[in-house]
Amino acid sequence: MPKTIDARGLSCPEPVILAKNAVDALTAGEEIIIMVDAEVAKENVSRYLRNAKKSAKIQEIDGYFKISVKG
Amino acid sequence: MEKVKIIFAGAVVGLLGVLLVLLGNPANMGICLACFLRDISGGLGFHRAAVVQYLRPEISGFILGSFISAFAAKEFKPRGGSSPAVRFFIAVFVMIGALVFLGCPLRMLFRMSAGDLNAWIALPGFIFGIYAGIFFLRRGYSLGKSSTQPKANGFLLPLLAVILLVFLLIKPTFIFFSQEGPGSMTAPAILALAAGLIVGIAAQRTRLCTAGGFRDIILLKDFHLASGIFSLFAAAFIANLIFGKFNLSFMGQPIAHADGLWNFLGMTLAGFGSILLGGCPLRQTILAGEGDSDAAITVLGLIVGAAVAHNFGLASSAAGVTMGGKAAVVIGFAFVLATAILNTSEINSKLNSKLIKGGKNLNA
Repeated sequence: MPKTIDARGLSCPEPVILAKNAVDALTAGEEIIIMVDAEVAKENVSRYLRNAKKSAKIQEIDGYFKISVKG
Repeated sequence: MEKVKIIFAGAVVGLLGVLLVLLGNPANMGICLACFLRDISGGLGFHRAAVVQYLRPEISGFILGSFISAFAAKEFKPRGGSSPAVRFFIAVFVMIGALVFLGCPLRMLFRMSAGDLNAWIALPGFIFGIYAGIFFLRRGYSLGKSSTQPKANGFLLPLLAVILLVFLLIKPTFIFFSQEGPGSMTAPAILALAAGLIVGIAAQRTRLCTAGGFRDIILLKDFHLASGIFSLFAAAFIANLIFGKFNLSFMGQPIAHADGLWNFLGMTLAGFGSILLGGCPLRQTILAGEGDSDAAITVLGLIVGAAVAHNFGLASSAAGVTMGGKAAVVIGFAFVLATAILNTSEINSKLNSKLIKGGKNLNA
């Protein structure tokens, strides 16, 4: 079960900060999931991950987004 | 592609800001959220400063443009419940800080682009305030989660925007219209509304935000939002040069004063507060159009803040800063600082562990 960060309902830039802290602590091969519910938060987190050169998978489930990142 | 979009949107907003001045808005006030909300506050009679009363249709345009744009993009999402009362009071002080400087962060950029050196003194103040906010963000500052709200909640502020337009059109006797001063200087209402709608749509699509622009550079080394701010400034600068509106000086600038310290501190308060709110007054207005009730409360807080600023004699004028204004900025700092400390998890857990230790010692 990958570590999950629930950033739903948080306003920007909080989801990005949580994502950054989690990515900084990521070890090779480990996976984390970041949950956000706003389009803006999804854009901001995925832009951060792109800039940090991390590949991310985004799934939309029941009105929220599940962003998975591998270390 | 995203980058091109925000650079283009910033340029459009910068250009419209100068055009609205040419069409009749006060100098360097083509677009100013603080000034326009202050004028609306006066138009509704919440304050009686006779020179700044007008139901600026640009504000209705921002809200409705964002509303339409969010709807079209399926991003209209009524939500709220993240410390609304705290947001309201932060907004009151953001407005007071802005009115001590004489303009929101957006007008600061427009003033800078027209050569107003006082605004160039305010910019480092604004950035300093953003730094202060980031200090707490890095340590876990949060006003808590918002949640989905009943759909109807999201329609309230767009409805208010429509009502303001109706009042502007039929001019009921209880609405105040300035006969002189900045409130009497207005672009034709229909053009002001159109410009407002364009800005609303552009800012909704691109998330344009003055505070966010500098915040993301410092916090994340991300220049995305900032690129919109830079293009806005560049477009306004070029347009001001072309139309002969550029005048480099400290003294004699329109609707401005030359008290550097308080220009700096007023914008520090506005910047710090904007970071705690998650966005500048423009961004809050746009979010309110998208159905965000917390942002709607923030906009109402800005309107009340303007009323307080004028009723209590806190707002500056071309004559300078008032004693009350200086006191209010100091009180504002105390309030936003206390808010930041009390809502930052890292600081709170340290405080709590100290309290618990203290308790044990007492027991022993």
